[in-house]
Amino acid sequence: MTRQVQWSGARLRATRDLTSDVRLFEIEPERDVTATTPGSHIDVVVLIGGRPQVRSYSLVGPCRDGIYRIAVKRLASSRGGSAGMWHLQTGERLSISAPSNDFELSHGRKQYLLMAGGIGITPIYTMALALAERDANFRVLYAARTRRDLAFADELARRVGDRLQLFVDEEGHGIDIAGEIARLDPRGELYVCGPFGMLEAARRHWHEAGRSAAELRYETFGSGGSGASAPFKINIPRLGLTIDVPANRSMLEALEEAGVEMIFGCRRGECGLCVLPVLEAPAAIDHRDMFFSEEEKAANGKLCTCVSRIAGGSITVDTPDRIKR
Amino acid sequence: MNAQKPFPLNAWYAAAWSHEIGRGLSARTICGRNVVLYRRTDGDVAALEDACWHRLLPLSLGHLKGDDVMCGYHGLVFNSAGRCTYMPAQKTINPSACVRSYPVAERHRLVWLWPGDPALADPSKIPDFHWNDGTEWVGEGGTFYKLKCDYRLVVDNLMDLTHETYVHAGSIGDEAITATPFDVTHSGTTATMTRWMTDIEPPPFWARQLGRPGRVDRWQIVTFQAPSIIVGDVGVALTGTGAPQGDRSQGVNGAFLAAITPETETTCHYFWNFVRTYRKDDAELTRDLQRAHVNDGAGVYDQDHRVLEAQQAAIDNNPRSPFYDLNIDAGALWARRLIDRMLAGEAAGVIPGVAAE
Repeated sequence: MTRQVQWSGARLRATRDLTSDVRLFEIEPERDVTATTPGSHIDVVVLIGGRPQVRSYSLVGPCRDGIYRIAVKRLASSRGGSAGMWHLQTGERLSISAPSNDFELSHGRKQYLLMAGGIGITPIYTMALALAERDANFRVLYAARTRRDLAFADELARRVGDRLQLFVDEEGHGIDIAGEIARLDPRGELYVCGPFGMLEAARRHWHEAGRSAAELRYETFGSGGSGASAPFKINIPRLGLTIDVPANRSMLEALEEAGVEMIFGCRRGECGLCVLPVLEAPAAIDHRDMFFSEEEKAANGKLCTCVSRIAGGSITVDTPDRIKR
Repeated sequence: MNAQKPFPLNAWYAAAWSHEIGRGLSARTICGRNVVLYRRTDGDVAALEDACWHRLLPLSLGHLKGDDVMCGYHGLVFNSAGRCTYMPAQKTINPSACVRSYPVAERHRLVWLWPGDPALADPSKIPDFHWNDGTEWVGEGGTFYKLKCDYRLVVDNLMDLTHETYVHAGSIGDEAITATPFDVTHSGTTATMTRWMTDIEPPPFWARQLGRPGRVDRWQIVTFQAPSIIVGDVGVALTGTGAPQGDRSQGVNGAFLAAITPETETTCHYFWNFVRTYRKDDAELTRDLQRAHVNDGAGVYDQDHRVLEAQQAAIDNNPRSPFYDLNIDAGALWARRLIDRMLAGEAAGVIPGVAAE
């Protein structure tokens, strides 16, 4: 997915805190607003440690008033995008991309099941409003750690009524993913946006139910894994390099900054272009990609450098560099 | 930003005759969108964006694999909803991989496609084109694919039949048309041009259809359904037998049907038919009528074809010259008003200055 991104100016018109750590940003683009479809996102240039970095955020709501709305959760363990966003002041100028959609909501399906975990509600909320407008057969399952974390829940309940079901971890309620998949019409689709564990569980149960992979829809922005992100080191014996990967940088970014030439496509663990062979690794690699199969991940032979990490220590990899020095 | 195109996107457009779509891949461009059409094993028609997600090769150059389409370049497979179901040389499928799928429906012997927002594609909004069903009315038409003119020029052509006198002299055109006043009425979505020519000599074509001597009353009641469907209720009946009052029993009744689909801003696909309620079992007449309209350059629609393409070429050569309007253009102008209203609605429905992409 080598996509030519067209950047344009925008202004942060207002912010509003939806929960203690989820903030809604209203962004007014300088150029005409492009019509958006549910599942769309925009890319935003965020300063992280003084350096401009690109982060993708799902649009919230249909943008009919010409304002892009995104919601950002402040995460201590993130790659730094959320902190960069939370530092923005009202009126500040931003660089944003035009909306694009890699998480398109289909039309005319017999039944839709939407599943959100935490901040993953943002595209799901927009999809639910669209499905309600179309009078489609759908349900929304929304899980969060505590009741206070359920951003958009009241608004959503007002718009879709009892088609919304809430699940609060703290109160001992979780989504019965396997059971929900079993109840879904055989021609129905499941849309998932949530933490890595929720997505992994959905993928596993979907596969075990014998359903077609094409009807399970999800999107990740390469932002989560099975553990928190910690710093570690990369050894590349071929180049005689040892490179530090800070907690808020990906392996790919660290490699590029160290001058290791890399090719890449999506930078979110989907395409498999930035893959490197692993020569030596600690017991567990935190494979955060969607490119490798479970078997391939278990074998630990290669990893997607754009998203995958190790929990600490060092990993030894090779590169395709055969330049004679 | 993209300027708005001259055609509404949120509308059903004829994309093919039902019999043209089978277990093969058919490429069409509809409202600027490249589409590949095919029939699934369950009989339903599917329409996908005709460009592979990977390297954009037209999927129509690939082949059908069950209900899915396999790209002819690297073997990616897409199902009829546009979702990728196979990628070469990897064990997983990139979750973003898909091509657009378009709502399609079959009705009135045609395949209709909705190029705009799929959420708005309500099959109950498919234009009333029942004259084409082949039951109550019979006739076999055809299509001018890739007619080199703005689809609205065809609308102009059919909403003002004055041109018959000059373009189709010797068959359906005569001086009675230009000598007779007409009425134009409209509703929110339709415009109708009505002309009754009473007590006239029938023009040669209609004299043959009627097959009886004598003067006639001739009618042309042409109804436009926005954005681009036209049905012309036409015929003659022996004069004085009450046709203008509603009794057409002493006459012959036909209807010309047009479903005009924008291909690009300056080309269109013109699905046409001429159907009738008289001598319905006469297969030879059906063939004759088809040939009378399109016959290797000699039919009446071939005459229109030449005029329409030459008109578009002249417009292209004189881009700043306005059209001047005559009183005969009233039907066409109401039709264009209804099209413009749809366009304005689409522009306002999203955000001003934005294409409905």
